Amino acid sequence: MTTNLIDLQHSDVIMATSNMAENHPVGFQWVMKAKERGAKFIHVDPRFTRTSAAADIHVPIRSGTNIAFFGGLINYAIQHNLYFRDYVVHYTNASFLIDPEFKTATDGNGLFTGFDAAKGAYDRTSWKYQLDGEGNPKRDLTLRDPHSVFQLMRRHYSRYTLQMVERVCGIPQAKFEEVAKLYCSNSGREKTGTITYALNLTQHTNGVENIRALCMLQLLLGNIGRPGGGVTALRGHANVQGATDLELLYHELPGYMAQPLRDAHPDLTAYMEKETPKGGFWVNKPKFFVSLLKAFYGDAATKDNEYGYQWLPKRAKADAYSHQHIFVDMYNGAIKGFLALGQNPAVGGPNAKLARSAMQRLDWLVVKDIFLTETAEIWKAPGVDPKTVKTEVFFMPAAPAAEKDGSLTNTMRLIQWHERAVTPPGDVTSDAEFVCTLARRLQALYAGSKKERDRGFLAASFKYGDNPKEPEMVEVLKEINGYATEDITDKDGKVVYKKGQPLNTFAHMTDDGKTAGGCWIYTGVTVEGPDGKLVNKANARKPADDKDYLGHGWGFAWPANRRILYNRAAADLAGKPWSEKKKLIWWDAEAPGNEPSKKGKWVGLDVPDFNPFLAPDAKNGDKPFIMRTDLVGGFFGPLNDGPFPEHYEPIESPVRNLLSKQQNNPVAKIWKVPDQQNELAPTGSAEYPYVITTYRLTEHHLSGVMSRYLPMLAELHHSHFTEISHELADELALKNGDMVTVATPRGKIHVRAMVTNRLKPFVIDGKKVHQIGVPWHWGYNGIAELPGSRGDITNDLSATVGDPNVYIQETKAFMCNVKKGVV
Amino acid sequence: MARTLAMFTDTSLCIGCRACQVACKQWNELGLEVPDWTGTYQNHTHFTDKTFRLVRFIEEPKPTGDLAWLLMSDVCKHCAEAGCLDACPTGAIYRTEYGTVNINQDVCNGCRYCVSSCPFGVVSFNETTGTAKKCTFCNDRIHNGLGPACAKACPTDSIQFGFRDDLVTKAQKRVETLKAMGFKDAQLYGADSKGFLGGLNAFFLLLSKPSTYSLPEQPKLPQRNVVVDSLLSVGSAIVIGLGALLAFRDREQGDGNA
Repeated sequence: MTTNLIDLQHSDVIMATSNMAENHPVGFQWVMKAKERGAKFIHVDPRFTRTSAAADIHVPIRSGTNIAFFGGLINYAIQHNLYFRDYVVHYTNASFLIDPEFKTATDGNGLFTGFDAAKGAYDRTSWKYQLDGEGNPKRDLTLRDPHSVFQLMRRHYSRYTLQMVERVCGIPQAKFEEVAKLYCSNSGREKTGTITYALNLTQHTNGVENIRALCMLQLLLGNIGRPGGGVTALRGHANVQGATDLELLYHELPGYMAQPLRDAHPDLTAYMEKETPKGGFWVNKPKFFVSLLKAFYGDAATKDNEYGYQWLPKRAKADAYSHQHIFVDMYNGAIKGFLALGQNPAVGGPNAKLARSAMQRLDWLVVKDIFLTETAEIWKAPGVDPKTVKTEVFFMPAAPAAEKDGSLTNTMRLIQWHERAVTPPGDVTSDAEFVCTLARRLQALYAGSKKERDRGFLAASFKYGDNPKEPEMVEVLKEINGYATEDITDKDGKVVYKKGQPLNTFAHMTDDGKTAGGCWIYTGVTVEGPDGKLVNKANARKPADDKDYLGHGWGFAWPANRRILYNRAAADLAGKPWSEKKKLIWWDAEAPGNEPSKKGKWVGLDVPDFNPFLAPDAKNGDKPFIMRTDLVGGFFGPLNDGPFPEHYEPIESPVRNLLSKQQNNPVAKIWKVPDQQNELAPTGSAEYPYVITTYRLTEHHLSGVMSRYLPMLAELHHSHFTEISHELADELALKNGDMVTVATPRGKIHVRAMVTNRLKPFVIDGKKVHQIGVPWHWGYNGIAELPGSRGDITNDLSATVGDPNVYIQETKAFMCNVKKGVV
Repeated sequence: MARTLAMFTDTSLCIGCRACQVACKQWNELGLEVPDWTGTYQNHTHFTDKTFRLVRFIEEPKPTGDLAWLLMSDVCKHCAEAGCLDACPTGAIYRTEYGTVNINQDVCNGCRYCVSSCPFGVVSFNETTGTAKKCTFCNDRIHNGLGPACAKACPTDSIQFGFRDDLVTKAQKRVETLKAMGFKDAQLYGADSKGFLGGLNAFFLLLSKPSTYSLPEQPKLPQRNVVVDSLLSVGSAIVIGLGALLAFRDREQGDGNA
């Protein structure tokens, strides 16, 4: 998230699009604080939930229509002149001119210029700025030029009217107008608002565009980089931010740098040329990338061998290796072995039946978890004869957080250390110990190899601290932080860093191999104290107070302990706070500068996200978005599915797309899987007439591994259930508590019906559309004496379809049928 | 006696996460309780010998017709005039120096007078131990400088722990704030030490009338009815006795006529 949960208390209006009270109850305290200070709270959700209970307005929305909703708000803000003009003109690319060839989806019947139907992809040649003679983007600060980003955006969203939002989303015009007025009018110098989101926006075939639409609205209202503003991304569990930063992902290396592609990046020079932008802070990428290679391969990485670049695995193509790709490849026999460390794909991923079938075809499967999960007992799946499953399964008991040292990076980029409370029993090991032991034993097996490709792996060190068996986790954090690989001197020959000393800032990283760092954005989390001892700032525990409301003394927030990103935008062009009420950082012209002869510095309540000595009137001193090549916030920002978010219906939908002839995202990923393992319901199918959305409950965690086995949690929900409106229950002659069968073309589950007022049918384009909701925490393992610990696998219902940018699944909106009884 | 401790449960801040319910079960090792289907998110329906904190989920439409979900974490009230304590014949139920009410499990003889004497249905009987059970105000924790587990676990400060007089002042201000924000039915329940049961040491801020939350509007101790009920019983006995006499007399007369 760009902001900080503590800062939510300063919002004048908060719009939760996710179920924040239920899924992020601890962070939700700051929403309650904001309400106490008089903020208005809006909740946009198909269901009335515990979040809605705390809201001033609950807005039910049909699942899968988020862009229609945000597009409606963007259109409303523009039409009613509610956008923050000074911010938009100067801090965003609204004034930039686009190639005249480019046409928006309004003029392309749902498609942008450049769609190639044969390839199923866009040719993005025209999606670019017009440049002047010096190569700088042309701008029109009046925002009137028809090719300006602002005018193109206005035209693109001109179709997203109040009437259209009502027809598509099922939100009555009066209600939408009330929300639009409330949210958009809390904008400008004196006011800010924030929007929270979670998997409600991401798990769609236009997941990335959903978030872009949210970001555009926030830019339009001048809400980014300012107190009480921001994009409040709420991560799905305790360390998913850390897992993303360290890139337990298929397409990136630690610190958000691309995993090399085989053809595009044949050597280090080609990689640097293609991946290093010409402007913005990312011009430093070579320093971060070489430091990463040094952290991987140590002394074996030298200038002569491209710092070991060739030892990195290369991707054959961009469209591969994601979670969904893996299980399709596994089903097709391309993957033979699988390590599932702390993951339960037999329950937790989309099309879980396909995932189980795929794992039942493996040669071997290693599961490391804290309980015997459904994945660990994959041969026990209902309807499967264990004799037919040839997979050899190894189960390794895992230590949970309380049994090991380490850090968690939470949703607000805050790295917090935790210490082992108890020693793990018996053969239980931490993940770090398991991985390091496995790596060292593999190194021993490969010890005699003369192959060039094995050299990097053999050179990598998996030793942290003196105990060869158990890695010392603070040493791992130090490697992530970065350190000098040799003595580093300044121009006068004075030693700045001794060999092995941790780096204080990523600004000290170099591309000559003298520094190593496992994840550049974390630099500064461990520093050397005056006594020469390592100081672990993740373990800092000074709470926020009146002088430092953002709590800079508690943990360490990447980057550079900065709590609100892009905070230069909290000051106006001249460097003054937009208002006293919304001050955060500002230019102090009298403060000592970076040289004795100079004056002026950015100061304030947060660490400036800006060159601290770059004056507002200097070149680029008025451009806050330093991570972008053009240094401004991007309304126009090319993704694989378009430079502006456009509403398309989910792959499975009850209705045709009312906004254009283009029914679905034209570049969405739909996997073809043999044996009818991924069948889809056609639009408006009579067989599967109800919209279904899946979600989590406060009382359970993910696939339930960490919660179903604890009686005090499992007993809080009697059994697996589906939430159904009274209207649908009446149509199906259902009573509260009846068993029902929920079916999709992929599978079916048997659950109890919770008939409730908290769900209502939608009126979509004049027609009644029912939606049901099903949580997904249950599986076939559990505790026999506790009915709440077992249940059918909700993800057997969902499909293997994905977003074209990151291949995330569409589990928030698809189609199903509901029948009374177990059928 | 030490200064009275209290818990103030502000339902306007409750988000129904049930962290209190879980923390209570975990700290007090209350054990597995197989749930019943309630048809809502609330589990269980009432206090039991294994459920001392219970989050209630109450659906009630707002005057505008919009749905409202009132959320409230309910608990033993640790009444200043405690029915359970009055009824206990063995002295197992006692008041601590902090003003909380506790059951000494070693002394409880399982007579269950306390169960029927509680106006809130808080005290429950455990068949295994043969004793009465209820919230202990985390007696072990408060005697070691910690607050109750439920208050510690609450993420939104809906459950606040502290000295009673401080909390009452805070609660009164909070009611005024809420009223100014338009919650016209916001009210304190059990904060007034001159009010019913001499005031509750676990008191509440409610957003609707007490009965909406399954709380008695004017709770009374069953014992307070003894004199009146006894007189009524005597009166009833006399009336029935007279009736019987009259009836027999009638029959005798009838017989005589026959």
